[in-house]
Amino acid sequence: MAKYIGKRLVYMLLSLWMIVTATFFFMRIAPGNPFASEKKLPPEIEANLNAHFGLDKPWYAQYWEYLVRIANWDFGPSFKYKSQTVNDLINEGFPVSFLLGMEAIFIAVAVGVLLGIIAALKHNRWPDYTAMIVAVLGISVPSFIMASFLQYFLAIKMGIFPVARWESFMHSVLPAVALASTPMAFIARLTRSSMLEVLANDYIKTAKSKGLSRGVITVKHTIRNALLPVVTYMGPLTAGILTGSFVIERIFGIPGLGAHFVTSINNRDYTVIMGVTVFYSILLLVSILLVDIAYGIIDPRIKLAGGKKGE
Amino acid sequence: MEKLLEVKNLEVSFQTYGGTVKAVRGVSFDLHKGETLAIVGESGSGKSVTSQSIMKLIPMPPGRISGGQILLNGDDIVPKTEKQMEKIRGKEISMIFQDPMTSLNPTMRVGNQIMEVLIKHQNMTKTDGKNRAVELLRLVGIPMPEKRVNQYPHEFSGGMRQRAMIAIALAANPKLLIADEPTTALDVTIQAQILELMKDLQNKMDTSIIFITHDLGVVANVADRVAVMYAGQIVEMGTVDEIFYDPRHPYTWGLLASMPSLENDDKAELAAIPGTPPDLTNPPKGDAFAARNQYALAIDFEEEPPMFQISETHFAKTWLLHPDAPKVEPPEAVKRRMRQLSSTFENPVLVKEGK
Ligand SMILES: Nc1ncnc2c1ncn2[C@@H]1O[C@H](COP(=O)(O)OP(=O)(O)OP(=O)(O)O)[C@@H](O)[C@H]1O
Ligand code: SF4
Ligand SMILES: [Mg+2]
Repeated sequence: MAKYIGKRLVYMLLSLWMIVTATFFFMRIAPGNPFASEKKLPPEIEANLNAHFGLDKPWYAQYWEYLVRIANWDFGPSFKYKSQTVNDLINEGFPVSFLLGMEAIFIAVAVGVLLGIIAALKHNRWPDYTAMIVAVLGISVPSFIMASFLQYFLAIKMGIFPVARWESFMHSVLPAVALASTPMAFIARLTRSSMLEVLANDYIKTAKSKGLSRGVITVKHTIRNALLPVVTYMGPLTAGILTGSFVIERIFGIPGLGAHFVTSINNRDYTVIMGVTVFYSILLLVSILLVDIAYGIIDPRIKLAGGKKGE
Repeated sequence: MEKLLEVKNLEVSFQTYGGTVKAVRGVSFDLHKGETLAIVGESGSGKSVTSQSIMKLIPMPPGRISGGQILLNGDDIVPKTEKQMEKIRGKEISMIFQDPMTSLNPTMRVGNQIMEVLIKHQNMTKTDGKNRAVELLRLVGIPMPEKRVNQYPHEFSGGMRQRAMIAIALAANPKLLIADEPTTALDVTIQAQILELMKDLQNKMDTSIIFITHDLGVVANVADRVAVMYAGQIVEMGTVDEIFYDPRHPYTWGLLASMPSLENDDKAELAAIPGTPPDLTNPPKGDAFAARNQYALAIDFEEEPPMFQISETHFAKTWLLHPDAPKVEPPEAVKRRMRQLSSTFENPVLVKEGK
């Protein structure tokens, strides 16, 4: 186990290094890039940048310095805002985004799994059809349309929730739901098909032949096995929630990292783009590792140590 | 001997998009305490459906027991509810399935899968259940049971998984054990070991067994009596000797002729039965076997044959036993093994339709 995690950490560092390198060089070749210094910048920022990146030095020196700084968890100053560093932006925006993301993941998993289980247990009856109609809607309606829809009906028309901003728990409900809708629908379908597959398995018949009740069979034999694919989906789910939050945070005026990221792209705030990209990559790599470890714990057939499926 | 199980005129059908599949069409047999009945027949002949009906394990819907009775100790289980069946399954009747690779839950420890039965039916505590599970694993011949009890199915070999399945099935001392092709998925040596184990445990526990197989070679080893199934019906039933040495039904002849044996190894006509079983959505008029039967008479395409009784224990459902039927010779491979059995009646007796 420890050996496996160590190995994975090495791979993670390697991927991270590639991502940092790619971001660095993409930024260099992007038109109007910060290192070409062809734009006229306020003198304070120019000074900051010079100090930070050593723009007068050759590219390999710049690259090396950037790597060292990132290794020290220093993403540099903003390109746009005086006296603000990328670290400040992350420290300020990430807790908000994290809360929103967690809420969305919770909704997506809890509701999605529940819908999927109900649909499978009532296969080809009305609860199944209802759940699957909800799922198809969830998958086919993009989150930004869902967001406007929720804002219009639940906030403006009915006044149950606030329209936008980030002040209380009530403020977080609509954005979390909008963010969760597509992955939730996907999880519902995944759970349903996986449940149906498990239910058709011989070992369910074995369980029944032992005289176990339907409830016990569902909980102890069916759901646990059916949730394995859902656990695998947690990695892509995290990525989906991350990218989804860019749009949703903008729509709801939430001061999260996603909103900052979008703003920084609009402003061509290169250092922020680079810093946040790297930060997101770390987040994603860590969550994928966590998912893999969780999977190895849940499914005894996966041997983490060997990294291979044991047969 | 006392009768444990009586199946009377059982009919099972499945509602499918293509229509109603009549998978079991009037099956009757009984089973005594401590006896082993083998059910043989081609794929799709309704062996599994028949046996799963006895535990009401067929999926309902689309399945339905559309007629007949299943008496367990004289008590009909057909009208029983699911809740009532839970007290019978695993306790009175239990089942071993064909593929030990898929019939155990892959994410549950083997010990827990045995304990479930003990906790449910014998009101054992977890600790007692665990100790008993270790004992059971030892009983079915699994080495180091204290260690194995905590392992997962994928850590067991195929033969050991089937042993574990047997431990699960026998955990609550059931009166009837149904084994649905328990050795088909295993290689020959393991097969023999599992059969030996089952016979051994049957003697110890005095369980009755219904043994389903399409391998007649296995039957001679394990069974007291044999029922031959074709297209959802029992077409011949008798003791092992009667079926092997005095078969009367052309389908049984076909099965015996297609069975490899040591005596007639070299290129002797290992005759496969020609054709395929009929579509059970629309069973043909007359005898379901007529189209594949080289001995078929004109009447076979018109009217279903009744059951004839050849001895106290031997029954066959074919027009060939009718007094007016022409005398026919069974295939060479079968004739060679034919013997005159002392218990045979002078003339076949017509018994009522469906016995
Ligand atoms: N769930 C089901 N839905 C529809 N038809 C079914 C179902 N289960 C079984 N049948 C039908 O019932 C018939 C008998 O099947 P059964 O499984 O009893 O055959 P079998 O004798 O056990 O064959 P095998 O040797 O392949 O196990 C087949 O024609 C099959 O198509
Ligand atoms: S009844 Fe006719 S068709 Fe059926 S087995 Fe006998 S001879 Fe063949
Ligand atoms: Mg079968």
